[in-house]
Amino acid sequence: MVSFKKPDLDSFQERIHIATLFVTVCFLLLVTRLVWLQLVSHSKYALLAESNRIALVPAPANRGLLIDRNGIVIGRNYSALTLDVNAEEVKGNVDELIDELSQIVLISPRDRRNFKRSLEDSRKMGTFPLRSMLTEIETARFMVNRYRFPGVEIRARSFREYPYNELASHLIGYIGRASKQDIERMQIEIDNSKAGDPDALQTSFLPGIHYVGKIGIEQSYETVLRGRPGYDEVEITAGGKPVRTLSSSPSVPGKNVVLSVDIKLQYLVEQLYGNFRGAFVAIEPETGDILAFVSKPNFNPNDFVEGIDSLTWKELNDSPQKPLYNRPLKGIYPPGSTYKPFMALAGLETKKRTPSQTISDPGYFEFGNHTFRDDKKGGHGIVDMQKSIVDSCDTYYYLLARDMGVNMMHDFMKPFGFGQITGIDLQGESKGILPSTEWKKNTFKKPEQQKWYEGETISLGIGQGYNAFTILQLAHAMANMANNGIVMKPHLVKAIEDPFTRNRTLTTPKESYRIDLVPENIEVIKKAMVEVNNSGTSASVFKGTGYQVGGKTGTAQVFSLNSKEYKHSSTAEFLRDHALYVAFAPAEKPTIVIAMVVENAGFGAQYAAPIARKALDFYLEGKWPKEIPEWKRAP
Amino acid sequence: MEKSAIDKAKNIFLSIFSGLDRQLGLILLGLAGIGFITFLSASQNTPVRFEDELRNLAISFVVMWIVSRVPPKWLETAAVWIYGIGVALLIAVALFGLIKKGARRWLNIGFVIQPSEIMKIAMPLMLAWYFQKREGIQKSWDYGVAAIILGIPVLLIARQPDLGTALLVFAAGMYVIILAGLPWKWILPFVGIGAFGIILIIIFGGTICAQDVVWPLVHNYQKHRVCTLLDPSSDPLGKGFHTIQSMIAIGSGGFFGKGWFQGTQAHLEFIPEKHTDFVFAVFSEEFGLLGNLVMLALFFALIKRGLAISASAPNPFTRLLGASVTLIFFTYAFVNIGMVSGLLPVVGVPLPFISYGGTALVTLGFGAGILMSIHRHRRLVQS
Repeated sequence: MVSFKKPDLDSFQERIHIATLFVTVCFLLLVTRLVWLQLVSHSKYALLAESNRIALVPAPANRGLLIDRNGIVIGRNYSALTLDVNAEEVKGNVDELIDELSQIVLISPRDRRNFKRSLEDSRKMGTFPLRSMLTEIETARFMVNRYRFPGVEIRARSFREYPYNELASHLIGYIGRASKQDIERMQIEIDNSKAGDPDALQTSFLPGIHYVGKIGIEQSYETVLRGRPGYDEVEITAGGKPVRTLSSSPSVPGKNVVLSVDIKLQYLVEQLYGNFRGAFVAIEPETGDILAFVSKPNFNPNDFVEGIDSLTWKELNDSPQKPLYNRPLKGIYPPGSTYKPFMALAGLETKKRTPSQTISDPGYFEFGNHTFRDDKKGGHGIVDMQKSIVDSCDTYYYLLARDMGVNMMHDFMKPFGFGQITGIDLQGESKGILPSTEWKKNTFKKPEQQKWYEGETISLGIGQGYNAFTILQLAHAMANMANNGIVMKPHLVKAIEDPFTRNRTLTTPKESYRIDLVPENIEVIKKAMVEVNNSGTSASVFKGTGYQVGGKTGTAQVFSLNSKEYKHSSTAEFLRDHALYVAFAPAEKPTIVIAMVVENAGFGAQYAAPIARKALDFYLEGKWPKEIPEWKRAP
Repeated sequence: MEKSAIDKAKNIFLSIFSGLDRQLGLILLGLAGIGFITFLSASQNTPVRFEDELRNLAISFVVMWIVSRVPPKWLETAAVWIYGIGVALLIAVALFGLIKKGARRWLNIGFVIQPSEIMKIAMPLMLAWYFQKREGIQKSWDYGVAAIILGIPVLLIARQPDLGTALLVFAAGMYVIILAGLPWKWILPFVGIGAFGIILIIIFGGTICAQDVVWPLVHNYQKHRVCTLLDPSSDPLGKGFHTIQSMIAIGSGGFFGKGWFQGTQAHLEFIPEKHTDFVFAVFSEEFGLLGNLVMLALFFALIKRGLAISASAPNPFTRLLGASVTLIFFTYAFVNIGMVSGLLPVVGVPLPFISYGGTALVTLGFGAGILMSIHRHRRLVQS
């Protein structure tokens, strides 16, 4: 057993000294820590405290209106009462709360789903609509029971509305709730944009952005329409409760967008299509203004604004009619005989043909061991250039195609915009196919597929074969010809309007380039096309017009639009030919150009040309067909 | 007439305050003053009442005054009893205690008490008594006995589980044992192992805090606390939230502070327990580094004074008791400030004389009273 020295006062005091030393070291440690926090890192923590304390409560900006070229509003906002729920105050028992609320106001499963989705995406301070457009009775009933629902309130909110419902749906598009991806994309846009860029200013406060344009004009002019959300700088507690407002920055409303489209013309054409599917594009050739941009069938964009219900969505998405498909923008069709005027012009410009040069048409053309048939048995006899267009003689163009070869055709057609992106102000444009030997080489994998066969050239002359263009491209090409080779970029928006001053800033028509053409050559083609409507394939349709109109019918064999997907029962209908038509009028100085397709309708003259006639009658002379209901301005 | 009335009042005043150590009194007055002004700011918009704080301070003062009048000899006599009752109550807690939030810490004896609190004073009393008894005849097994006296309540408290209090009681006892003369060759290895352990934790914090690593001997929440300390941002909305927010409060205070009642972190409810355990964050935010240096200086003076009193105390019991009580004050202050500033894990330790809370103030008043009593009875015993 070890024995220790008596713990006398000296040894105790020694230990007290050591304790004092220990205490001193510990206090120095604390002082060091505090100096580190309060001096060295002070600015960092001051910033953190500030951002802790201040929340920005967004004040959404009014979205700009959509107005047609004559001042008719086709996209607008309205204010309605909504039941708003503060996300902070209902954590956990959302369903119970909604159950209780649904005894007072009607809350559909769709409302519930939408609300819960918003909650999931919520940020701090979020208040979200549970139910919009409350009736007076519902409002009164809620107000009586209000005390039972802290955090739930009635508010006036702004909603987007398309007063003409289905009308022009593909060109207008729609807005929908901004998804996480939308917000992330906008954040990247902001990060990438340079300081001082006015567009960057428009998108600078993301939390105030609840809706974004999803397709159509709403999408492509999003930054113009959106405006800049404002915000209140609010001091908040850790629990997110607002204490007081420190400052506020008002929102800047979005600008109005003035379309080049004549919405009455659009309405008329949509009505004229009836139950037919198809695409119709009308362009003012001098400016590139698109006057009508029809895709049939269409859909009601109002269904999408607050989130579409699954049943409607399924119906739209599964329909073999493909109502969601933007046909003029994305649908690619063989142009058929509407291609012939362009081929004829190519013949003149490349000096492969003169107007008076003739061929003798036996009704077919043999190339190798394949016979290319004309649609008229026995042939058209002696055919010059004008007759080839007026009577739509296939053999003339088989020969012309053979004489030109695929690459010469390609090089001539390319500047007209065939198989090229037109650059219209909508997203998702199809490029189509303007074949060439190079195109084939790049498109196919196997060497034997990459080779161009001479025989493939022949049917290109009549707008078949690999040719596949959008109706927009066809209209654009027609406009370029009508405009004597001056290429104007097609666009749906004419001007941007200040919502307060109503001052308009024109989105100047852009001349892209000029195609070097001999004016006499164009005159030959235009004259022949006028003759088509005087004595040719569509003469009966255009009898008695007060204006001269050039046109060309086309009938194209079904080729695109995913015919493989169709069911057997409906195959017959979906395999019928597409009826096409192109026109320009008045012939002397065209103010409108049309390209159109009526899917699976049959002959162009029979199904497409009459629609064009009525559209032109209205646009040029104000004549409204009796069978179509009057245009009524939306209330 | 008049003069004698004044004299009478003077005499009463003197009789109340005589014997209270003046230095210690002024330091405590300074700390209580800081505590009070901080309380006013921290308790704004909270249900805690200003009258309660005043009452608690008054009770604390009264307890201190009474204890300062009690001769140390009495405490020496009562030490075994207080310790014995404390241990008995802890056993009762283990058997019949109330369970709140998963811990068995409370006992209902008509009203609810927390016996572990008693041990904070009972432990140094008991050990000081023991070493007083063994004065001059210390053998190595005396430390064994001391270890048992220390170990039983500490283990009982740790099992509740209340690791924070267990560590504080353990520390209080260890101060007595070390000051009583525990040989350095027995102390240093543990200091070395401890330091080594801390360094290891700091270096390998990331690895050992991985989700699936299970620590032996400790509860999962305790592991979580240590890990949160190492990296508060690993759990910014959970356990780390408190630490992060109090660090923001302290850091944003800067050198001069934001001013009384101007702390946004405190007033916008970002600081948890802002009038009790985290009151230092409130003070720091509003009075800055300058205020903190004043506060730390006061605490340092308190400890210096307490140790000085102990050093000149007449016998081992008073010496060990006084020094241990003083070092408990130090431990509370160090652990509290360390935890609020993100240096130590979050354990429920009040800041002496600053934090709101009746029990703590009474315990601390009791401790201060012991120091004053030792100081007051020093000469009496010597003479």
